[in-house]
Amino acid sequence: MADYLNSYLFIGAILFTLGAFGVLVRRNIIVVLLSVELMLQGVNLSLGAFSTFYHDMGGYMLVLLSLAIAAAEAVVGLAILVALSRHVDEFYVDRLKSLRW
Amino acid sequence: MSDLACTWLGLMATIFGLGTVLLRSPVHSALSLVMVVFHVAGLFVLMGAGFLAALQVIVYAGAIIVLFLFTMMLLNLEQHDNEPHMHRYQKWLGFPLGGALLIEATWIALAQANPSETLLGKYSPERLSELGGTAFGIADAMFTSYLLPFEVAGVLLLAASVAALSLARKPDEDIMKAMPDMVSDAAGSMTQPSVQESKLNQSPTERGDNH
Amino acid sequence: MVDGWDIVILAIKGLVVLALLALAPMIFVLAERKILGRIQARVGPNRVGPRGYLQTFADAMKLGAKEDLIPPGGDKLIFWLAPLFMAVPAATSLSVLPIGPEVEIGRTIGLWVTDLNVGVLLILAMGSLAAYGPVMSGWSSNSKYAHFGALRSSAQVISYEISLGLAVLAVLMYAGSFSLVDIVNSQKQMWHIVPQILGFFIFAASAVAETNRPPFDLPEAETEIVAGYHVEYSGMRWAMFFLAEYANMFVASMLVTILYLGGWNGWTIPGLEGIMGVMWTLLKAFFFIFVYFWLRAVLPRLRYDQLMGFCWKILLPAGVLNLFLVAILRTIWS
Repeated sequence: MADYLNSYLFIGAILFTLGAFGVLVRRNIIVVLLSVELMLQGVNLSLGAFSTFYHDMGGYMLVLLSLAIAAAEAVVGLAILVALSRHVDEFYVDRLKSLRW
Repeated sequence: MSDLACTWLGLMATIFGLGTVLLRSPVHSALSLVMVVFHVAGLFVLMGAGFLAALQVIVYAGAIIVLFLFTMMLLNLEQHDNEPHMHRYQKWLGFPLGGALLIEATWIALAQANPSETLLGKYSPERLSELGGTAFGIADAMFTSYLLPFEVAGVLLLAASVAALSLARKPDEDIMKAMPDMVSDAAGSMTQPSVQESKLNQSPTERGDNH
Repeated sequence: MVDGWDIVILAIKGLVVLALLALAPMIFVLAERKILGRIQARVGPNRVGPRGYLQTFADAMKLGAKEDLIPPGGDKLIFWLAPLFMAVPAATSLSVLPIGPEVEIGRTIGLWVTDLNVGVLLILAMGSLAAYGPVMSGWSSNSKYAHFGALRSSAQVISYEISLGLAVLAVLMYAGSFSLVDIVNSQKQMWHIVPQILGFFIFAASAVAETNRPPFDLPEAETEIVAGYHVEYSGMRWAMFFLAEYANMFVASMLVTILYLGGWNGWTIPGLEGIMGVMWTLLKAFFFIFVYFWLRAVLPRLRYDQLMGFCWKILLPAGVLNLFLVAILRTIWS
């Protein structure tokens, strides 16, 4: 099992789906951000597996880039969260309706 | 042995992934995501990419999720631990869409056979161990065919840090109030530096009287 | 290839690491109290056993007999897990540190548990996990002081992790390997401290900050926030925090020795390379631990803004400068 591309892709697919489900269903903004990270985990796993089994470095490079992008995304997301806490003390995505205040 | 490890790591990653999505407390969610990161790192080790596993733990577990926890503690998010129940739309759309995505992704994942010999790239495990490990293979690729994406990622990180600074900065009322005066001072006649300094120390109303 | 003896040897190495994890803090605590006493013109502990040498054992027994309190209103599960998150990374880092060269005892045995080709990265990863113990304990304690300590600690560890990483990056560039054994072997001619004296100081300062020791002990500043993140812990759980702190100190000292001070390289007697190597490594590491105690005795605690300013305004630019200098030196000398 550990020698087949399928098994890694399967685990990656499950993680990605769980993350997507979390983004769709949860309303706490921080859990939504965490779910996005979970999706990225699934994607990373698939990319790494493709790279290993195709004997190519492209997947590993993409994992590195996705790490950088995940860091950037988390930083900006959390900064928005801090700004939100300054202006409206509200952390549920469906209650944030106004574009500016 | 490695089959067992693969099954175990996958199973635990799934369980903790479920925990991330379903646990009510955001702090529990974050800690559960840390466990997912560990298990994905374990799967990377199983593939023979120890370098990526270490990077994964350093960046995700060591930086990103700590930052999440830090923000949660800073804003005291636990006070808001009364997440309302799901919307009608979320219930009717979220579950079918999630299920459809799972079926689709699983179907594609399971249809993917191991690649045939003709499709393999040049970084075989033998060549990688010749180079000295995955890290050297990645370096080899990074500074040849992937140089541009690598540098763009650097610029992206810089942009993100600047954006975070300007978003999270506390709006400084004193600076905002002093701004018109300072602008007019700079544009107007040359004033002595000492005068300008003393002006800055005055309160806004006093400064208004000076004009 | 793998026969019975290999497993026995591996088991012995594992036991040695566990023994180090448990015993080293005991010795260090006694040494710290004695040395602090001397520096401050006091006697130090001198009641239990001959000249006070059994003081730590008495303390350990006292801690074991104490009641294990769990604060009301806190998060029990996380409160239980937090000490583990402190101790396990420290033990894991100990297992990749080489303490001596390869020796011949019937077969070739390296004096390390494992020589990973990503050894340095593993230690950095474990070091970054050190932020979780304080955060989890501070959050689950349901206490203001613990909360403040955890906030300070996470900010401090994230910040100093960066300058630490920059200093280590220069060493990796110079040695051309992630493996700690290869790094030590690359210092046969010249220790890395010679071309990278700046990096050495950056690394040393960041390591002291990473282990939350004075003068960077803001997270547990006794005079401001009682004891910081572990204020609600008692008995054996508190002992685990204590153990982890001293184990982290030991890891940091060994890391300085391996990365900058040449590891086991030094003057040796032919035929006794193994013993001399272990002696050199431990001697250098113990000297750095003495520096830790020394700093605690002579320096006052920094203010919080000074702490953050020191990291972001001094150590980080200096780290980038060091990286440039080392890159230039490496190009010239090779």
